[in-house]
Amino acid sequence: MIGMWTLFKKEILRFWKVSFQTVAAPVITALLYLLIFSHVLESHVQVYPGISYTAFLIPGLMMMSLLQNSFANSSSSLIQAKVMGNIVFLLLTPLAYWEVFLAFLAAAIIRGIVVGGCVWLVSLFYIDLPVAHPFLILAFAVLGGGMLGALGIIAGIWAEKFDQMAAFQNFIIMPLSFLSGVFYSIHSLPPFWQKVSHLNPFFYMIDGFRYGFFGTGDIDPTVSLAMVAVSFLALSVLTLQMLKSGYKLRG
Amino acid sequence: MSPAIHIEQVYKSFGPLQALKGINLTIEQGEFFALLGPNGAGKSTLINLLAGLLRPTSGRLSVMGHDVVTEYRQARQLLGVVPQELVFDPFFNVREMLRFQAGYFGLGRENDAWIDEVIESLGLADKAHTNMRRLSGGMKRRALIAQALAHRPPVLVLDEPTAGVDVELRQMLWAFIKRLNREGHTIILTTHYLEEAETLCSRVAMLKQGEIVALDSTENLLNRVPGKNLRLRLAPSHLPSTLHPMLRANEGDIWTLALSEAAQIEFVLAELRAADVRIEDMQLIEADLEDVFMEIVRA
Repeated sequence: MIGMWTLFKKEILRFWKVSFQTVAAPVITALLYLLIFSHVLESHVQVYPGISYTAFLIPGLMMMSLLQNSFANSSSSLIQAKVMGNIVFLLLTPLAYWEVFLAFLAAAIIRGIVVGGCVWLVSLFYIDLPVAHPFLILAFAVLGGGMLGALGIIAGIWAEKFDQMAAFQNFIIMPLSFLSGVFYSIHSLPPFWQKVSHLNPFFYMIDGFRYGFFGTGDIDPTVSLAMVAVSFLALSVLTLQMLKSGYKLRG
Repeated sequence: MSPAIHIEQVYKSFGPLQALKGINLTIEQGEFFALLGPNGAGKSTLINLLAGLLRPTSGRLSVMGHDVVTEYRQARQLLGVVPQELVFDPFFNVREMLRFQAGYFGLGRENDAWIDEVIESLGLADKAHTNMRRLSGGMKRRALIAQALAHRPPVLVLDEPTAGVDVELRQMLWAFIKRLNREGHTIILTTHYLEEAETLCSRVAMLKQGEIVALDSTENLLNRVPGKNLRLRLAPSHLPSTLHPMLRANEGDIWTLALSEAAQIEFVLAELRAADVRIEDMQLIEADLEDVFMEIVRA
């Protein structure tokens, strides 16, 4: 247990030591989105009755920041260690594959929640956000962070250079998060694109998370929770298999 | 008592390349052992197999009786490895990094005294709070050794520990490693500096193209090469043809001849006198591990 705990602590310290880059910067980015979109759309768009567009936007931005930063934590730690070569210090230890998985995963979830939580704290200056189902909020935050943390481990193991990691981030993570209904309700889309959105696991994370605040959403939150939980489990199994087999880590 | 290292019929292939071809090797506890061989002989592959960084294509390796694949936890707990490349984690300082490394092996605060001792012994005390990025090459090398020792492993493997290290640091490192050996640690090293292996190691294995071509005590290996070397500076720089069978090396006007016994000197001198070649300088040198190495690798 000490071994796993040490790795978890190291992963937390790793992002905390550069918190300007890993926490402050994504919070500022989310706030810029909030300022611009709410300024432009506040008086034109109302997604749900009685909920202002700014209020609608905040949970989406929180979740988007959470997901992107959970992914960034595990993926950047692994790719840096691989490129720098210091991954050997981890591979030489008696840590089991599942201990490495849990430590990286937990640190990724924490970074996501810290960034998402900071977006929320700052947004309190703008608007009083309701909290309808706090446990649902927490469940989506943990499962969403876990899913992207696992995806980050997969990307970190698979990528051999920063270029490949950037491709993973820009061609998979970014489109999935921007097209998940952060900035709009999918009901405003044509039927075909609504169906496409249902294939995006990020949609369920955003919608369920938002339901936790307002008690209303595009679909039933239990469906979202089930979809997110199943996706998380599937990705975890894949990640554990990769770590166990030593894929791209042990020749 | 189980041996420190036991390697049995180990093969390792990378695609079509056979890096190791049936290695058998046993290293007893407390030995100071050298693994020698030219670049690409398979030394690092063998070390990486021991460390679990690679998996054998077939065969078994164990550390103090624990199989490195099936009992990897116990095997890795007993093994410290100093990698060849100067790798480091850029986020932390020396002490933080050593504490993390010990922590991965399940050791907590109770191990801090040992970490302080390692820091002190390797001359890292005034750098303990310096970020790894800011250390000089020599300091990084010391930190790497400290990292391998953080969990107090009884078996220590050093892959080219003195490559690119200045003389002073090299001597300091060897003094420290000798002390570890005296205290009971088993030391296994690969090195390009053969005189290091000669003065430090009690036993030597020589690898060539994935096979062990010599495995013996350093003394026996030295006895394999006939006698002594006679190094001569000649004017004019010309060696009579009768002496050519004895020639080992020639660089400019320096000629090195291999003698099976000291009495051959008389013959050499007579031949040179007859050919009217003057001796400007002469040295009689004991054959060293380098000669054995060259002899075996050339064979």
